[in-house]
Amino acid sequence: MLLIRCPYCEEERPELEFRNAGEAHIARPTNIAAESEDDFEKFFFIRSNPKGVIYERWRHIHGCARFFNAVRDTVTDKFVMTYKAGEPRPAKLPGASK
Amino acid sequence: MAKAAAKTKAADASAAVERRPALAGRAVSAPGVKVEILPPAERISLRAPEASVAALSKALGVTLPSKPKTSAAKGGRTALWLGPDEWLVIDDAGNDPLADCAKVSALHSAVGISHRNVAISVAGPAAAVTVNSGCPQDLSLEAFPVGAASRTILGKSEIVLLRTAEDTFRVECWRSFSDYVFTLLSEAASDAAN
Repeated sequence: MLLIRCPYCEEERPELEFRNAGEAHIARPTNIAAESEDDFEKFFFIRSNPKGVIYERWRHIHGCARFFNAVRDTVTDKFVMTYKAGEPRPAKLPGASK
Repeated sequence: MAKAAAKTKAADASAAVERRPALAGRAVSAPGVKVEILPPAERISLRAPEASVAALSKALGVTLPSKPKTSAAKGGRTALWLGPDEWLVIDDAGNDPLADCAKVSALHSAVGISHRNVAISVAGPAAAVTVNSGCPQDLSLEAFPVGAASRTILGKSEIVLLRTAEDTFRVECWRSFSDYVFTLLSEAASDAAN
């Protein structure tokens, strides 16, 4: 079983307590009514779906119930790091090879 | 505050009505562990920002813990840390914590959930093994010491787990899940000795 570090519980917890909540750092447009249809489509539907490092929102739903952000490798399924919701995308990942 | 007053009145009015808690009195004994339904208790779900914690702690008579996975107990009342601004307060002594919170003017949300939850005691040398049959958390004494509390899962059901002694756990689950949780723990208890 994967162990995921919850930044609010400050320890690693079993994956069964967590739920994925989609890609992170997708800013909602400030004036959504003025968005063109193409821009809205990009915001609403289009996700990066990379092979490799992805930034995701996760929720410790059966624990502290908080949303937080996690950096995960989609190839190895390894969690690189996690950080609290609202914090900026980390500039440097620990143990990053590239 | 009006809610608390209404609750007291409702309790008076229904005093003559028989209360039948879910699974009351059920118990299963296996070698090394005993699983039993605990008597009803008063409970609230409390949410409050950091600025209100001191006032609420004073009103409740128990200091709300601020560290993850911890609890604090005093005078039959236990406060369990569930999240950064969320606590479960359990009162076994029959005093209503909701009424105590109603006196606090600091911002908070207290909801009475006494009848929503059912508490199950898992006690004995094999208690940790029994709970671990459905709960993926590390329940060794180093990782989950006496007094540790956490919301987690047991099989398919969400529970709140509190270690009250080295070999005793209190499992709090929702009333409608209690049959499932109790049966799972009973089956686990008979397996735990093997």
